[in-house]
Order: sequence, then C-alpha cells, then structure tokens
Amino acid sequence: MTNLEKYKYDVVVIGAGGAGLRAAVEARESGLSVAIICKSLFGKAHTVMAEGGAAASMGNVNSGDNWMVHFRDTMRGGKFLNHYRMAELHAKESPDRIWELEVWGALFDRTKEGKISQRNFGGHEYPRLAHVGDRTGLELIRTMQQRIVALQQQDARDHGNAESHMKVFSELTVTEVIKENGKVAGVYGYWRESGSEVLFEAKSVIIATGGVGKTFKITSNSWEGTGDGHALALKAGANLVDMEFLQFHPTGMVWPPSVRGILVTESVRGEGGILTNNVGERFMFKYIPEVFKNIYADNEAEADRWYLDQDNNRRPPELLPRDEVARAINSEVKAGRGSEHGGVFLDVSKRLSAEVIKKRLPSMWHQFYELAGVDITKEAMEVGPTCHYVMGGVEVEPDTAAAIGVPGLFAAGEVAGGMHGSNRLGGNSLSDLLVFGRRAGMGASEYAKKNSENPVSDAALKAAAARIEAPFSRTGGENAYSLHAELQEITHNLVGIIRTGSELQEAIEKIAAIRARSANIAVAGDRKFNPGFHLAFDLDNMLLVAESTAKSAILREESRGGHTRDDFPGMNNKWRQVNHISSFDGDKVSVRAQALLPIPKELFDLFDIHELEKYMTPEEITKGGSN
Amino acid sequence: MARKLKLRIWRGDSTNGALQDVVVDANEGEVVLDVIHRVQATQMGDLAVRWNCKAGKCGSCSMEINGKPRLACMTQVSAYGDDETITVTPLRAFPVIKDLVTDVSFNYRKAMEIPSYSHPANLKPGEARMEQIDVERSQEFRKCIECFLCQDTCHVIRDHEENKKSFAGPRFFIRIAELDMHPLDTLKNRKKTAQEEHGLGMCNITKCCTEVCPEHIRITDNAIIPMKERVVDEKYDPVRWLGSKIRKREGIV
Repeated sequence: MTNLEKYKYDVVVIGAGGAGLRAAVEARESGLSVAIICKSLFGKAHTVMAEGGAAASMGNVNSGDNWMVHFRDTMRGGKFLNHYRMAELHAKESPDRIWELEVWGALFDRTKEGKISQRNFGGHEYPRLAHVGDRTGLELIRTMQQRIVALQQQDARDHGNAESHMKVFSELTVTEVIKENGKVAGVYGYWRESGSEVLFEAKSVIIATGGVGKTFKITSNSWEGTGDGHALALKAGANLVDMEFLQFHPTGMVWPPSVRGILVTESVRGEGGILTNNVGERFMFKYIPEVFKNIYADNEAEADRWYLDQDNNRRPPELLPRDEVARAINSEVKAGRGSEHGGVFLDVSKRLSAEVIKKRLPSMWHQFYELAGVDITKEAMEVGPTCHYVMGGVEVEPDTAAAIGVPGLFAAGEVAGGMHGSNRLGGNSLSDLLVFGRRAGMGASEYAKKNSENPVSDAALKAAAARIEAPFSRTGGENAYSLHAELQEITHNLVGIIRTGSELQEAIEKIAAIRARSANIAVAGDRKFNPGFHLAFDLDNMLLVAESTAKSAILREESRGGHTRDDFPGMNNKWRQVNHISSFDGDKVSVRAQALLPIPKELFDLFDIHELEKYMTPEEITKGGSN
Repeated sequence: MARKLKLRIWRGDSTNGALQDVVVDANEGEVVLDVIHRVQATQMGDLAVRWNCKAGKCGSCSMEINGKPRLACMTQVSAYGDDETITVTPLRAFPVIKDLVTDVSFNYRKAMEIPSYSHPANLKPGEARMEQIDVERSQEFRKCIECFLCQDTCHVIRDHEENKKSFAGPRFFIRIAELDMHPLDTLKNRKKTAQEEHGLGMCNITKCCTEVCPEHIRITDNAIIPMKERVVDEKYDPVRWLGSKIRKREGIV
C-alpha cells in the first residue's frame, strides 16, 4: 500500500450538509485540524433543499414563545418518544445558533422592528421559523460554507496555507470507518472522480451524512440520501435507534412523473394554503386526532380567522404535524377522492395575491411553473406524500453527540436518532443540525484532545481496499441499477406509509434476497467517475437501512408518528416506553427493545397532566417523572 | 406517451472524446436529466454526470444543451421538437474530467480570494436590526445556487483561458456586491478591490450571465453596473459609499 494517498487529521467530518459544516467550524475553532469529506461538490448538500425555516423560540413575532413552549411542541410532535434531553438541548440552544449565523453574514427575512422574522409551521404553537423566503436551507449552507472559507483565509494569514488546518475533500465516498483497539482510527474511501483510494487517519470521526430517502421509490431526497452514515455506524459497531420511523412529507409533487416526490414546502400551508379533495371538500377537518382537538379548529370559519387573529382562534388543521396530514391525504386518495394523478389539491391562490405568493414562496412558484406548467398564483397544486426524513438514526449521547458503543465516533443531524421521537416537526431539522452539529464538533474535539493517535494497521487497509476492488473483479453479475429499483419497489409497497405485519415479513425476506444478490454486483467500465460503481456502494448502505427499518417496524405493534400499522391502528402508551435498537453482526441486522429513559421531573412538570395522560401509562403519571 | 428521443452525448475525458448518438425513451413531462439517467441505467452504466437535488436548487447538473449553458434538471424535453436531436456537452469554460463532468475548482479558488463578511465588533449575536428593504438587495444575490453557468457563458473566460487568473467572474461579482450592500458588513473598499483585484473592469456588460442565470438574478443590472458606476463615483464622492449602504438602488436598466 505504499502508493496509497494518506492524510492525518484530528477530526474527520463525513458529510458537508448543515450538521457537518457546523461541526467542522466548531472543531476548527477549538484549534484542531479538520477534514470535511463530501460526496458532492462543496455547498451542494441536501440541506439546500430545506425550504421553510429553522425553528428557534426567539420570540420575535410572538413574545409568548420560549424554550419550554418549543420543547413541549417538539415532544408532542414526536408523540413523546423523543430523547427528552435532546429535545431540551435543542429547544434551549437553537436561538443562539440562529443568531450566530447572523454574525457570520446570514441575511434572514426581517420583522417590522428589524429583528429576524419568524413564520408559522405545523405543530409549532407560535410563529417560530427563522427563514429566507423559501430557501432557508440554502442560506444556512452558504453561510457556513462561507464561514469555513473565512476560517481558511485566517489560516492562510496565520500559517501561509488556507488548507493547512481545514480542507474540504469533495466528491469522495467513505466506504469504511476503521477501528483499531476498539476505538476509531480513521476512515477509508475513494475519490469519485478517479476511483483511487484514500486513507484518513483521525482521532475522532463525525458522521453527518443525512438521510435515507433513496431507499424509497418516491422521495424528496437527492441521490446522496442513501443512508451511508447509518450503515457506516452500524458496521463500526454503533447502534441505530427507532429506524421504523420515517417521515412521509404530506406534500410532494405528484405530476409529471419525473418530478414525483419533489418537496412542496410546508410554508405553503403556513402561509394559508388549504387542502381539498376532488369534490372540493376541505377534508383535514375530518382528521384531527383526539390528542389535538383542543388546539386545532374544527370548522372553516375559525380556521380562516386564525390567519388574522392567532390568540383567539384555534389553528387550521392543515397545520397538524406532518404524519397526520400525510395519513389524511393517503386516506382521501384511497377512498377515491384524489386528484387525477393520485394526489390532492393544495391551493394558496385564493388566500394570497400573486405578488405576495411570488415574494413569500418564490422557489415554489418557480418549481411548479417550470416543471409542471402550473401557475400557483392562479391554480391549485397537486400534492401527495413523499419519503422525506428518517427520525431513526445513530444512538448518541445527547450532550456530546458521541455514538454509543464506539469511542471516537460521533453523529449529528438527520443521521442521528432520538431527537425527533416518532415524528419531526417542520423547521426542527435545520435547528437540530445547528445545535447538534456544534455539539458533535465540541464532543469530537474534546475526545481528540484527550486521546493519542491510533494508527491504522495494514490488515485493516487491505480489507478496506479489497472491498472496493471487488465489484470490478466480477463479470456478468447483477446490475446495481436494477437491484436498486427492486429495493425501492419493496420498500414503497411493503414498508411504506401504511404497514402490516405480513407485508413487513415479506419485505424482510425480499430485502435479504436482494442483499444476497448484491454480493454479485459487477460493474462495467473503469473506476473513473463511474456512477455504476458508486451505486454499488450506496446500495449496500441502503440495504442495511431497509433491513433495519423493516425489522424495527415489524416489532412495533402500534401506530405512532412515522410508523402506521394497519393491523395495529391505535397508539399504545406501553409502546411509548420502548426504543428499538438495531445492531449489526457483520451478517445481519438484529433489533431489540430498550427501555426509553423516563422524563425528569422538571421537564415532566412543564406539561399539563391531562395531556400527559394521553401518552403515558397510569403508573408513569403517578410517578410524575424521574428525579 | 413515451417517445423515442434522439440524444447526442459528449463522451470522453481530458485527453479526447466525441459525440455519441443514442435513442432513448422520453415520457411526458421529463427533463433532460431524466433521459440522461435512463441512458445511464440502460445503455451506458458508466456515463458520468453530476446531479443532486433534481429541482433546480443545488446547481450541480450544469451542462450545455444544444450549446446553451443550462441546468439539465430544469430543461424540459418537450421544449425541443419531436425530430430534433438534443445535444448535451460539458461546460466549455472548465476542463473536462469525464463525459458531462467538468473540473469547476476554478470557482472555489476564486471564492477563497474574496474577503469574507466582516461583522461589526460591537454587535453581539441577536442584536442586529435591519430593515427588510435593506436586506433584500443582498438577498437577491444570495439566491445564487452556484451552478456556475454564468461563469461558463462569460466570454471573458470562456474563450480566454489566460484571463482566468485575473478575473473572478459574474458569480463572484455578485458575491462582492452582496457583501458591499450587506447592511452590516464593515469592510470598506469592496468595489475598489473588485475593480483592481478581481477583474470587474474586464466585464463589458454584455449580460450573457444574466440571461443564463436559472435563479433570474439580475447580475449585470443590480450587481455589476452599480459597482462599476460607484467605483468611478467614489473617487470623487466618498459620501456615496454611505448612501450605498442605506437604500436600494432602483431599476437601473
């Protein structure tokens, strides 16, 4: 391996989305050397697709807002399956993370007083989302990208080389997190451009690879969302928690077919968009669940008044948490009340003027006009559920983002689990990646400072290299593209928005069969920028994710958040006490139940006891939280 | 519904390459990136193309379609006639890596040369107050998705490799303009350095960049021309620097 390209860093960050960049900034600012590795070009991460905003209880629009209200909303949205400590840290720290972006040059939309404007979103009691039109994710990415450039410029002044202490390695795929002596020692991967291999020795590694959407057929995710970090962590010996919970965003585009799944921001509903079926019925009033009846309007008149007077009216049911809206749309379509192309109608043209729509929802206008030939200032959009976000992910220590079970490994952002429980509120993702990206950067830096170098052995190198070479040494084997398409059919049909035990069993068997066949994938062409070769590795990750999801889903015999069982339709308070932990033995994923940590008394007491009774068992209520 | 589409794709690398003809199914509503993906999945497993969001938001799938710099994900197949052959080639202003993928590192080097945002030292996090109308000027430029189509089309570098050293290009002129018009940025002389160090003077405002911008940013009218004008003005009237920070400059055509 004498010719192998090798680097040595204190901290390696895998992923250059919001969480990865925030982590990298933190690690560099703590004085360490940092490598940022990303599959795409720098600045292209899927975070740019986040439209609505970042939730933070700054109280700029409604001074009644504070971290406790945000915490309550987050726990409610997650149906109380959230890791309470993550939800607490997130609610407390997100305002500071937003303000810090301004110090780095971000330009959010403003209130009349000149503060950061905040908009309404599903499940949030007050207007809470800091935003820039409907391109908030792009603003976050660009701000942190430019912050990294600023730090590199500082290194150029201090050390004569912009890349002396922090370097971005773009279009590089990581295939393995290498451990030595039970601790993280580095990562191994290949340049997508040339196919040549690279070793990064590192004291700590932060996984910030985002989501898993490409495991599914209809998704809002880009090609990068292939569960790489979930799989890397599993293979390194970390656990995944609650992988059965996937968020199907209620509003993806449904027509034309080539854009099916592309996100239609929740801001459309936040700005007053209403959902109707093919008989013109505003159907969401029929789908308000018992637990939300006191805060959502049950009639159109009150729902409409809410846009003008939020203190004296209940919210429109279009703004229920995403899982509720997605299920409602699914039911309408199944009942034959869908649109021509299998969605429902979302209309904002009747509430806002064309000028206001173009100003507040510019990229939505653009997207529908250019891709579907629909002018949303005049007509309704056709929308339907699309796989958007995975609530499950790497099991971490909330305060440090350290992956449980693997010293030196950290995870933040969508790839980490626990924060959002069974369902994420819109807007909580951008704030999550800032809060926990920073914490992962801190955690990884602290670990790197305490631990000495942990060299990678030749044996580990050889094994990693052999794995990359394997698909080229086979001829006439399976085609990665067709296997991927088959996997997407299985997940879509059998592990999708509505699930049953027998179908999940079928899915588990079929996924295993594809996995067996994937060991035979052969790749045409050479290593140079070869997408067939790239997909072979991505597919391996997606197969592990799908297996973990199906095996977790079959165990959870209830419906909660992003997991709906046709054979167990209700929420069962006993299941709220259970997390599902996936682990990997090198051959298959196994899933076990683990008791959820009880909520401490001071957080328990933030809720009305009658609300908690809807989610908790009588014993838990009597106990009144842990001490 | 599906039609047979004639597609001509440039295939090759930095050493050589050629156009290759393929026929591929195209369905209603599909964009050029869809049919390229179909070619990749069914006929050319190793065809290299960059893409990411497929919704015009990340700026990865930049290429030239019938000679025009475009995002493949935002170019409808139906925009071309049934008998027309669609030709896709890599961005011409940058070195080819493979097939439709080019080496755009030029742009990242230029980004490194632009002095960063400089926050007022006495303004703590959360204390910033700005008017919406004042942030909107810079926000227009911050819509940039870094597809680099403006860089590709700009004839200053498209046909003159030797200019790359001293010319930052339209993408970075709007970056400088964005910082220059940022209500809080404290670094002075951004226009002057744009002129003297980043090649603003080489731009002769043909507006090619504005025409190809998928975000419809008025690069020439709202960024380049105001900076060019004020570079001249400031030599005589430094007070106008202050003016540039306060109110939006309306509709220069």
